Amino acid sequence: MSDLSTHPQGATPDDASRRDFLLYATTAVGVVGAGLALWPFIHSMNPSADTLALSSTEVDLSSVAEGQAITVTWRGKPVFIRHRTAAEIEAAKAVKLGDLPDPQADDQRVKKAEWLILVGICTHLGCIPLGQKPADPKGEFGGWFCPCHGSQYDTSGRIRKGPAPRNLEVPAYSFLSDTSVRIG
Amino acid sequence: MSGHTFDNKVIQWLDDRLPIFSVLQHSAVEYPTPRNLNYWWNFGSLAGLMLVIMVLSGVFLAMAYTPNVNLAFGSVEHIMRDVNYGWLLRYAHMNGASFFFVCVYIHIFRGLYYGSYKAPREVLWWLGLIIYLTMMGTAFMGYCLPWGQLSFWGTTVITNLFSAIPLVGGAITTWLWGGFSVDNATLNRFFALHYLLPFVIFALVFLHVVALHTTKSNNPLGIDVKGPQDTIPFHPYYTIKDLFGVGILLMVYLGVVFFLPNFFVEPTNYIPANPLVTPPHIVPEWYFLPFYAILRSVPDKLGGVIAMFGAIIVFFFLPWIDSSKVRSARFRPIYKQLFWIFVIDCILLGYIGSQPPEGTMVPLGRAATVAYFLFFPLMWVIGKVEKPKPLPQSIAAPVLKGKSAAAKPMEKA
Repeated sequence: MSDLSTHPQGATPDDASRRDFLLYATTAVGVVGAGLALWPFIHSMNPSADTLALSSTEVDLSSVAEGQAITVTWRGKPVFIRHRTAAEIEAAKAVKLGDLPDPQADDQRVKKAEWLILVGICTHLGCIPLGQKPADPKGEFGGWFCPCHGSQYDTSGRIRKGPAPRNLEVPAYSFLSDTSVRIG
Repeated sequence: MSGHTFDNKVIQWLDDRLPIFSVLQHSAVEYPTPRNLNYWWNFGSLAGLMLVIMVLSGVFLAMAYTPNVNLAFGSVEHIMRDVNYGWLLRYAHMNGASFFFVCVYIHIFRGLYYGSYKAPREVLWWLGLIIYLTMMGTAFMGYCLPWGQLSFWGTTVITNLFSAIPLVGGAITTWLWGGFSVDNATLNRFFALHYLLPFVIFALVFLHVVALHTTKSNNPLGIDVKGPQDTIPFHPYYTIKDLFGVGILLMVYLGVVFFLPNFFVEPTNYIPANPLVTPPHIVPEWYFLPFYAILRSVPDKLGGVIAMFGAIIVFFFLPWIDSSKVRSARFRPIYKQLFWIFVIDCILLGYIGSQPPEGTMVPLGRAATVAYFLFFPLMWVIGKVEKPKPLPQSIAAPVLKGKSAAAKPMEKA
């Protein structure tokens, strides 16, 4: 608007600065208003109330025998729950942290040593690793083997070999009793 | 369009390859616009704004909506209760349709009053009517989607209009439904078309604007632009005037969205669709009411349908029905009165359409329908017999009265 040619006859330079101020103030209010008006549209794509209401899952563990594993769904994702044997716990604890790509001690990854609870999604590109069923390949370390790109996890769900960068994620969970756990 | 130079080298580089900035400069900045446009000329751009709001809110609603007879009603309630700001998106879309029609109706009546349909703007007028017809189809199919009682029965009644066509009517209706009644196939295709048609409207609006910029805007005096002294550049004069209108429209529209969101809604549509029970009183949305009244006023199935569609089709012939050479009703004392009688008749038809078709409403509806169709022959006759008031010499002339004829031309114009 500093271009005086659009001003009516008789416009003075004082007028020009007043008009500049009004133009910038109006533009600023308009831009802020448009930005605020966009938020409801963007936020409508975030998880809705019914999705958030499903954000915890309770699991009864009483029927899972030692050495068995079950897969439950939490927020649409598979959660591995493995009732570990003494040998598996021992193997997980015996590993030297220095040998791990993503060093983390086994007792930091469990609340009760016999129950290993993990989000069953490979940290490489999101496939579900094999190893839940007795016939599944469990990889060289007795944990899980991802069929997509060959990542191998140990009996604590830690990455040992292959392209995955991190250990299998441990979800937030709490034991409601000795045989019942709430995930999320 | 070409030949414009820009100081910014990047803009110039792009413009030499794709002239978006030249076109913008030519058609939205320098664009010479009659200097005497009044606020009735705001409603075209306001309708455009409503179209943008409708598409935007509609796309986001579609992300949470399910077009299935078992899930549609529930998914709308899911949008209202669970989706973040879903209530706002739905209320904005639902009431947006009403305000879109408000803007378009005022825009059409503006054209009718100031003779904007006359040569050389016939094609511009036709494109506007095609946009209006497409809007009606889009709005009708959108109303089906929540799958409430009126959605279902409104769809049933309107699609049954086609069964009035002799011989092939039944087959056409079955084809429209994709079955033997309004059902899942109908809902699914209506959703697909309801999503498609707004983009068709966008394309038509583009053509409407191209036609407008070819013939240039009409104006309240209805006389042609004689020279640069009659025009001012579109920017900043009309951008600001349009923006002021946008502010007023948004205040009223958002006032309804936030404080009276169900003002235009029949409560019956909050009952899920039931194909075995027709609600006692079916009415369409308010913007269809005058045509609904015409449909009901003709005591013959096929005749009613023809009258209803004819009530819109007749507008395509307006450039030849109107026999007057003068565009603006300002200079047409008799036509001006006829125009206002027509406006009142349309509102009356709308009221009649909203009432149950019994008692005095039946003869009143017939009288109003006859009056509606009398408008057009009377328009022709008045154009022949009316003596128009003298037209000003130019748009600038009445403003510069008393000053010398050699007015200083507006810069940039």
